[in-house]
Amino acid sequence: MGKTLFDKIWDAHVVSSKEGFPDMLYIDTHFIHEVTSPQAFDGLRKRGIPVFRPKQTVATADHNVPTINQHLPIKEELSRYQVDMLTKNCKEFGVELYGLGHPFQGIVHVIGPELGITLPGKTIVCGDSHTSTHGAFGTIAFGIGTSQVEQVLATQCLLQSRPKRMKIEVNGKLKKGVTAKDIILYIISKISAAGGTGYFVEYAGDTIRSLSMEGRMTICNMSIEMGARGGLIAPDETTLNYIKGREFAPKGEAWNKALAYWKTLYSDEDAIFDKVLKFDAADIEPMITYGTNPGMGIGITQKIPAIANIVPNEQLSYKKALDYMGLEENTLLMDKPIDYVFIGSCTNSRIEDLRQVAEFVKGKQKANNVTVWIVPGSKQVQQQAIREGLDKIFEAAGFALREPGCSACLGMNEDKIPAGKYCVSTSNRNFEGRQGPNSRTFLASPLTAAAAAVTGRVTDVRELLAEPELV
Amino acid sequence: MATKTFQYIQSSIVPLSVENIDTDQIIPARFLKATTRDGFGDNLFRDWRYDANNQPKVDFVLNDPTYSGKILVAGKNFGCGSSREHAAWAISDAGFDVVVSSFFADIFKGNALNNGLLPVQVSDTFLKSIFDEVYKNPKTELEVDLEKQTITILATGQQEKFEINAYKKACLINGYDDIDYILSQKEQIEVFEKARN
Ligand code: SF4
Repeated sequence: MGKTLFDKIWDAHVVSSKEGFPDMLYIDTHFIHEVTSPQAFDGLRKRGIPVFRPKQTVATADHNVPTINQHLPIKEELSRYQVDMLTKNCKEFGVELYGLGHPFQGIVHVIGPELGITLPGKTIVCGDSHTSTHGAFGTIAFGIGTSQVEQVLATQCLLQSRPKRMKIEVNGKLKKGVTAKDIILYIISKISAAGGTGYFVEYAGDTIRSLSMEGRMTICNMSIEMGARGGLIAPDETTLNYIKGREFAPKGEAWNKALAYWKTLYSDEDAIFDKVLKFDAADIEPMITYGTNPGMGIGITQKIPAIANIVPNEQLSYKKALDYMGLEENTLLMDKPIDYVFIGSCTNSRIEDLRQVAEFVKGKQKANNVTVWIVPGSKQVQQQAIREGLDKIFEAAGFALREPGCSACLGMNEDKIPAGKYCVSTSNRNFEGRQGPNSRTFLASPLTAAAAAVTGRVTDVRELLAEPELV
Repeated sequence: MATKTFQYIQSSIVPLSVENIDTDQIIPARFLKATTRDGFGDNLFRDWRYDANNQPKVDFVLNDPTYSGKILVAGKNFGCGSSREHAAWAISDAGFDVVVSSFFADIFKGNALNNGLLPVQVSDTFLKSIFDEVYKNPKTELEVDLEKQTITILATGQQEKFEINAYKKACLINGYDDIDYILSQKEQIEVFEKARN
């Protein structure tokens, strides 16, 4: 019987397995950041042991950093302490750090791929649930807790039970104004925020194949929002073209050797998945969320579902979500006035996202009632945007390109959405208070966010798109 | 290094019948700046427990003296969202030893188990029975027996078996730690690395 892509990679990394025990899985690459690592390093100190394979761990500071004036010391004392602690730990334990001011600094899930560290066939973990992003390269990548960060630092291995495998196929041509973000928001709205729990997802089908690496990363990034452990996509020409020539990508003979391995990375024809779901790209329109989990999404022209249509024992929670959002059942979200637009996060802060937004807003002006934050995913994305003159386009439209970091994705650093305000956000979570206490989040694609920035309200971007098709 | 152990508990419960409770609710991001594992309990469910002026919200169950105990019972898909282990630390730190739900997010479940906090997954109907009983009688007690893998509503005698990985069960009962276990097999790791190169 054939094997799934997931099983091929998993099996190649099992150090030992024993009945009734989780597998001991070898981890090729470990990313760390300032928030989920300090207690892990402390653990090593208490045990009196070193980092086992320091060259296989890469650190960056992203969650807790400001996105303006990064050259100045961080104002908030606790944030500064946490970032300093990462620097100190990396020095003491011999781990490479791309901290503030380093040309490679950025959101951990943006820098791994752009530096050519994320490669097909690897196992990658990080104390961060959106590690699933790296799966876009045909990689087993998933988020772990701090105890496991310590485990990987100490042993380069993890005890893990093999998850079930799911295949999600999307076929057909995308409609105008519909992007990778809409595909994944659509899938989650169909299968719910828990629909993938216990599974590792492989995305397949010609629509997925047609996406750029940036688009594929957006899809894999949000695998965790349906509860899945991670998501992956088999590598192909698009993948190889993206990787070739990047800073740490294999070169010369090493490239040829890697290529031979990568060519074996696909699910065999007769491989069996525990579950298979199929979607038609033609059914997807630009998506937006109205509730407080990423499964609560609708097509931009649709109405917020009636409470009566929700399963009885979830109606109370549903009502609570609408109350929190200040919204009514059975109404349109379209034309709802908004206060903020956040374009950033590890879901949508790559150069392609910024290019798309710049192309759309060129010659347009932001609405007066809206504050717009554009936050690049990394120093390299920021520099590239400046080289391409995108910063000038943003400025002319009335908003500035900030410096890289997680920013308003999580309400931990200085960039927070004020209480009661509405934000159209390209990030991945619309949980209560995610972007700041009592903030209200509408998740959407960069295009839909850019349209809202221009009109000051929830907008169907298709109405503003010039022919021929942008996407 | 030994961790917290767990074998058996009989306790009254704190019911929180909300679905999809994410880790941003359990412990909001702005409280993740600490560099130790302690003290997160104070900010458990911070924005549900306190208003903008830091005054306790009287209608939230953790502020309601009617309910107390070492078992937290919550709606479906508990612990979804971020991988922050701080969520498990906060629940433990606030005095809970067990969380009961009809469905747990994967990463949360792993984090809880690594910290001596037992996640007990029950059926939807059993969960409903627990909520029904505790809303009838706030002193309702549950018994959780890890050795037998059973959970019982003492007043009615209703019982269910729950699943747990055999290795994780042994770790919890004996206070074993994954790292000690893997370190004991270090040679194998080195053999594996050599074979791959
Ligand atoms: S951008 Fe948001 S989701 Fe991504 S790593 Fe940062 S905080 Fe997490």
